[in-house]
Order: sequence, then C-alpha cells, then structure tokens
Amino acid sequence: MTTVDQAVRDGIGTSPRRPDGTLKVKGEFAFSSDLWHEDMLWGATLRSPYPRARIRGIDLTAALALPGVYAVLTHEDVRGAKRYGLEIADQPVLAMGEVRYQGEPVAIVAADHPETARRAAGHIAVDYFELPPVTDPEEGELLRRVPVRTGDPHATADVVVTGEYEVGMQDQAFLGPESGLAVPAEDGGVELYVATQWLHVDQKQVAACLGLPAEKVRLSLSGVGGAFGAREDLSMQVHASMLALHTRRPVKMVYGREESFYGHVHRHPAKLRYEHGATSGGDLVYVRARIVLDGGAYASSSTAVAANAATLGIGPYEVPNVDMEASVYYTNNPPCGAMRGFGAVQACFAYESQMDKLAAALGMSPVEVRIRNAMTAGSRMPTGQVVEGPAPVASLLARVRARPAPPPSTLDLRELPGGVANTTHGEGVVRGVGYAIGIKNVAFSEGFDDYSTARVRLELIGGEPAVLVHTAAAEVGQGVVTVQAQIARTELGVERVTVATADTTVGSAGSSSASRQTYMTGGAVRAACQAVRATLLARVGGAGIVGGKVVNAAGLVVADLAEAIGDEPIEETVEWRHRPTYPIDPETGQGNAHVQYAFAAHRATVDVDVELGLVKVVEIATAQDVGKAVNPLAVEGQIQGVRHRGWGWH
Amino acid sequence: MDFLQPSTWDEALAAKAAHPDAVPIAGGTDVMVELNFDRRRPPALLDLSRVAPLTEWGTDGDMLRVGAGVPYRRIIEELGGRLPGLAMAARTVGSPQIRNRGTVGGNLGSASPAGDAHPPLLAARAEVELASVRGVRRVPVESFFTGPKRSVLAPDELIAAFRVRTARAGEQFAKIGTRNAMVIAVCSFALALDPVRRTVGTGIGSAAPTPVRATAAEAFLVAELDWDSRGAVPPGVAAEFGRLVAAAAAPIDDVRGTAAYRRHALSVLARRALVWAWEGLR
Repeated sequence: MTTVDQAVRDGIGTSPRRPDGTLKVKGEFAFSSDLWHEDMLWGATLRSPYPRARIRGIDLTAALALPGVYAVLTHEDVRGAKRYGLEIADQPVLAMGEVRYQGEPVAIVAADHPETARRAAGHIAVDYFELPPVTDPEEGELLRRVPVRTGDPHATADVVVTGEYEVGMQDQAFLGPESGLAVPAEDGGVELYVATQWLHVDQKQVAACLGLPAEKVRLSLSGVGGAFGAREDLSMQVHASMLALHTRRPVKMVYGREESFYGHVHRHPAKLRYEHGATSGGDLVYVRARIVLDGGAYASSSTAVAANAATLGIGPYEVPNVDMEASVYYTNNPPCGAMRGFGAVQACFAYESQMDKLAAALGMSPVEVRIRNAMTAGSRMPTGQVVEGPAPVASLLARVRARPAPPPSTLDLRELPGGVANTTHGEGVVRGVGYAIGIKNVAFSEGFDDYSTARVRLELIGGEPAVLVHTAAAEVGQGVVTVQAQIARTELGVERVTVATADTTVGSAGSSSASRQTYMTGGAVRAACQAVRATLLARVGGAGIVGGKVVNAAGLVVADLAEAIGDEPIEETVEWRHRPTYPIDPETGQGNAHVQYAFAAHRATVDVDVELGLVKVVEIATAQDVGKAVNPLAVEGQIQGVRHRGWGWH
Repeated sequence: MDFLQPSTWDEALAAKAAHPDAVPIAGGTDVMVELNFDRRRPPALLDLSRVAPLTEWGTDGDMLRVGAGVPYRRIIEELGGRLPGLAMAARTVGSPQIRNRGTVGGNLGSASPAGDAHPPLLAARAEVELASVRGVRRVPVESFFTGPKRSVLAPDELIAAFRVRTARAGEQFAKIGTRNAMVIAVCSFALALDPVRRTVGTGIGSAAPTPVRATAAEAFLVAELDWDSRGAVPPGVAAEFGRLVAAAAAPIDDVRGTAAYRRHALSVLARRALVWAWEGLR
C-alpha cells in the first residue's frame, strides 16, 4: 500500500471552487444553446399535434419553396436504423406512418435563420387520421412486469392498513433547453457538440441511425444547463446530424422552453396499491403491493424504472413476507423515463404514507414504527440480496428527529401560506410535522456492464509537475469536473490538474445518472492515478509522493517529483468497474440486482392553511449517509437540489 | 410587423387612429409572451413607452389620476399609502422584473378576468380614462370589461389613465395561487370600506368571465356594519358576507382550480378580508 498526499491543496474532502461556478453566476458560461459556427444553418422540428394518429401523407412542397430553406427531411431520409432507444429501440427518429404521442417529431428543417426554419416547418402539410389515444396505462400494452416475492404469500397480521396512492407526472425542467451543433466532417462523418448525460450511448445510437460506424460520429460535451435524467435519451442529436450531413453545412438546433417539454421524457405517473400487515407490537409482517406505471409512448428507461419500483418498493424496512409487482405500460401519453430517483420515489410516496397509516393504527409515533422496522447492514432485501454496506436507517431517522423544532411563525406574510398574496394573517393555519425515509440503488443494476474509463497523464509543464485528466464523464452541473481534479490532486500529490473536455476520443464513462459518476469516474480517475504513480515510483524506487517529493518506504526523499518525471510523461488509461450485479428472476424477483444502496431521511415542518389548502414549507431537515464527502459543498448542493425536486412534486 | 414609436400622446392617438389594428405595448409582459409563443401576430405594435405623460400621476382634490404606464413597482412605492388595495395587488404580480415593467394600463388593456389590478380598481369604484383623436371619455371599471379579454375600448382608443379616490385604510386584497408567489390568480378578492361615505366596494378576480363586483354582498355589509361605534364585525355577518361574495362569482373548472374550490376560497377570503379591513379602520 502506498500513501497518498493528504496535504495537497484542493484535494479530496475539500470544497474547491468549481470552474464553471463564477461564469454561471455572472451569465458568462457558454451553454450548448450558445454554440456558433461560421455558415451554420438552423434546424427546426415539426411535431405531431395529436397523441395518436395515422399519417396518410406528408407534402413538403410549400416548405421547400420558402427562400432560405436548405433541407426538409422525413423518416425516408433516415439512412440507418429508423428507431432508437436506451433499452429497446422502439422510438422512431422521425414518425413512420403513425404518431404515438403529442409532440412526436415528424419532420425536420434546416434554414439560414431559425425563424425561417420554424416557419418552414409550419408549411409542411401532414395528412393525419386521428385515432382514439390510450391514456390509461391499465388499458395499454404491457412493457415490463417485475414481480418480487419472498416468504409466505398468505401471511396474516394483527393490524392491517391499506391505501391507494397516485403520483403525477413531473418534469425535470432543466434551465438549458435541448440544443447542440452538428458539423459535417471531411471523412463523411459528423462532429456533434451537445449537452447530454452520456456521450457514448448517444454516439452509439446516433451512429446507428445515421448508418455510420461509431468512429465517424464524434461527440464533445457542450455546456450543459442541468439534466436530472432528461438528457439520457436522444433529443436533437440525430436530427441535427442528419441535416448537417444532408446540407454539408453545420446545423444548430435549440429547443424553446415549450418545445423542451416535448423534447424529453418525464417522471412516470404511478398508481400504487399497498397493504401492510404488522403485529400489534409494530413489527411488519407482510407487504403486498401493486404498482402501475405509465410509460408513455416509448420505452426509454421504463424497464429499469419498473425494476427499481419493485425491488425498492417496500422501503428500507425488514419485511419477512413480500408480494410485490410493478408493471409499466405503453400509452399515448408523453414518454416517461429517467428523472432523479426514478421508480424508487414513486414507491416511496406510497410506502411512507402506509407507514404513517400504520403508526396511526398502532397508536405509535411515526418515527418509532419506522425505526422499529428499519433495515440494517446484514438485512435481507425482498429480492434476497443481503445489504452489505452501511444501512444507518434508524440512525438517520433519529438524527432528523433530534433536530430542534423550527421556531413558530412570526406571522410575517412572507412566512405564511399564501405569502404576500395575503390570504391569511394566521387564520386557519396549523403546523404539521412529517417524517419519511427513502432507499435508492447507486449505479446501474441487473447485470449491466457498468464501467468508466479514465486517462491520466503526468508530465512537466514549464518545469512543474502537471496532471491532465481525460474522461467522457458529463458535467451536468453536479460537479464531476471538480471532483475528478480533487481526486487526481490527492492521489498524485500534484496541485496543477487540468480536466480535459469530455468527448468520445476517450472511452465511455457511463452515464451521469444513478448517483454513479463520483463513484465510477472518480474510481476510474483514482485507479488511473494509481497506475501512473506505480509507474513513476517504480522508475525511481519510491514508495510514495509527499510534498512534491518521491519518498521511499522509510520516508526518505529519493527524488524530486519533477526529476522523477523528467522528459518522460507517464500516461495510463484504466477501465474501472463496480462489483458485478445480476439479473433478477422474472417470476420471483430474487437476485443480487443492485451494487449498493443510499438512504435519505427527512423531517418536514409545514404550516397549512386548513381552510384554503395553501401551504408554507417551514423547514425540511435531511440526514443522509453520504459516505466520504469528496466535496462537502457539492454534496450539500446535491441534497438541497433534490430536496427541492421532492418539494415541487406535489 | 410594423413598429410604431410615438413620442407624444397626440402622436400616439394619431397613430392608433391611423392603425386601429396596432396592438399597444407598454411593459410588454403580456404582449411579448403572446408574440414569442406565436399566439398572436398583429400587423403593428404601438410602443407607448416613450410617451412620458403616461408614466405620471397626480392629484385632483381627493382624486388620484394615475397614468396608464405607471409600473407596479411605482404603484407599490409611490402610491402604497394612497391606494393600499391596489398596492397589495401589485405586490402579487409576477417577479420584481415583471413589476418593473408591467403596468396597470396594460393589465386593463389585456382585460383578463385574472388581472390582478382589476379587483381593487372595482372595489374602489375607479374610472378608466380612454382617449382617441375623437376625444376623451371616462368609463367606470365595472362597465369597462365586456368578456374574457374583451373591453369597451374602441379600435382607435388608448387607455390614458385611471382615476380613483384615495383611501389610506379600509382596503384589502387577497389572492389564491397554485404556489405562494409568481402565479396567476386561481381567484382573488378585493374589498374597500369607506367609513366617510359609508360605502362598501368589492371586486372578484378569476372567478367569472370578467372581473365582477359582489353587489348583494356590498349592500348587505353597508346595512350590517356598525359604522357609528365601529364595533367588531359579528362572526355571523362575516360568514354571510363571505357567502354572498361566493354567490356573486360564476367560476369554472380549469387547470388552476375547480369552480367549487373557487367559490369556497372566495367565501374564506371575503370573510378574512372584511375583518382585516374593518380592524384597519377601528
């Protein structure tokens, strides 16, 4: 074991300023919507006004006749695969004979001005034959059903509570709408500058749809204005590339705010029916649950969403008998897919509401009944998987409970339900306190080959040691650029670290989702740094790097770091994987599906005007086990951000 | 699209007479949204932001004349003491940026049933001053609205100002939104009690095809309030007032709320506003 340099400035455990922070606050950060290229054209998308219709014909004549229009393309112009998708390639690049949701892309236009492109799209005559849409998932086609069964399906209990819950669609509403620039390349390929969460999965899908080998579709990450799952699926990537290849001109596409809602997937609405049985002492005996998810028109990541809902759907509790089924269906509603905590949070609303009901039925405190049933390290999930990592569920609940209660309202209008809209001066206002805890898997599950690649180069620049870190990890605002640099500093004891722009000239980093990037790309950077260090130490017979010196096992300096590097830069590329996961049994849901779990406990204090139904959130106290906080400020930012997501989801 | 940019009021009136299709634009907080979303493409815009007199206000005895181009922020800062109900409503409009740009004249011109300025203007019995090259006329706010987004404004007319008696106290405004700020009204209510003239004014927003008064509720309150000794409002009177206000509304179910909720909320807001307004006079 070699030592790492804990003394280096801005290393692991500190909160250095992020490189994009000041620029964003000052409005100077270049987002993907700010991309510009000499001679570029502007793309626009014609979308279906109907949730379900047959297309009997498309007449492009009037659109093509508009001055300034360079191309109008339909599905007939898709040279490669006509459909794409994250898990199932079921979504047409452009509608083929039918549309399955309102807003589905039907045709695309390139023109010399965005307004011209938009108008030309309006001149495309589409002959639709409207069909009755399927809007109720239980009347839709089944996409995936995930049963999870353990113990006695006929178990009985002293106290039984049931509930039927419904949660609505939620949108990620990132601030930077879908946008990017496609530049045709001399080799017949395309250079694509986009805001995305996973460059390589985009590359794979775009190349397939363009009918090009992957190496001819080169992606670079452009300034991302938030993601939250909504950039996992393709939006304008294939369209802009098609237009660029067709016109041999760079093509930029930027969705407007309204179009953005059509441009990405949403959080699955769900209906959840639960029955909880417990002993009169408050121990959970069984949970029976049926979860119905509305997947919308195309699969996106629905199959994983259903799996998360099923495998995490009873919450972080020990329950001997579980009969759970989560099903996701196709409908003609907007496609649903990834959004923070997918699958897990829909179920959380239901199982935590059930725990409150159970507490009331038992005459116990809601915190007590949760703590009594809390899972711990060593607990067995209903999938049979043993929880091997820390599972401080009871402790997190105890921590939020122990926080001092917020002071009573001062009756300032800004602190009251309704705010300055002046609906109450205290009349009808009562204070409620609620508790909830959630469980979520970290990284990809069910046997997915989940890895990240990092290339690290140690060299002298101007006589000083410098590190270049290159990965394809998408910085979506979460701070992965900052974290990569911190890890490299600590591992190599070098302050001067540059993180190169994420692109596809390095191997895949996997997705910036599933709470995985600090762990996975951070792990890859660490492993690559270790490989670099091993080469360096071997070169001079050292055992560690401390304070810019290479030291031996006895702690004696054997070389200056700069001397050790000399004019031979060291570069290592490492693919890093988490421990394997496995598929679950399709009938019983048994299997080690997940890598590890994260937990979050909350105590919400809310003032409610019970006559008007208006609310004021007074405080939300949160406790999470974050492991080692690589960047404490960024961790706080993540917790604050996701708490507002939950807050907004009512 | 033509862009007309008069610098004087006479030029503005002449331009409107010559281009009756031109859409007047002041702060642009309504018009620009419609243009940007392509919901409206008028042949011309008539920019009123350079017409200085529109942004002025002055007194005429105990009457105030407020130019149509005075933005909400100035209503709050400069007229909050004289027009407390309108200032309360102005405080609920959009964000600070919107309140810097948006004007009461623009609110009247859009004539939305949900316009935040309308209920307090109704409650205060304000008049709208309309002008054209043909002359000037004054229309009570109550007669100004003719339907959703429709008013008596003639194609050649512009809104010059509104005129209203100063109040200082006895006014309240309350608005329900789907969140606590930056929202369009689910419903709103304004109340103006004038202890000198012993009158009661009401205004209901976003709960009928136009902003409306609750005239039966007003008459009830004029008779029931203890104007002489200003004793507390009996709970039964407040409840009945609330019931009459709710009965005066003609709400619909829409994405922001149901008709039943709107009626219920109006009764609660009216009851509470009455107590606050009366306490303000005691």
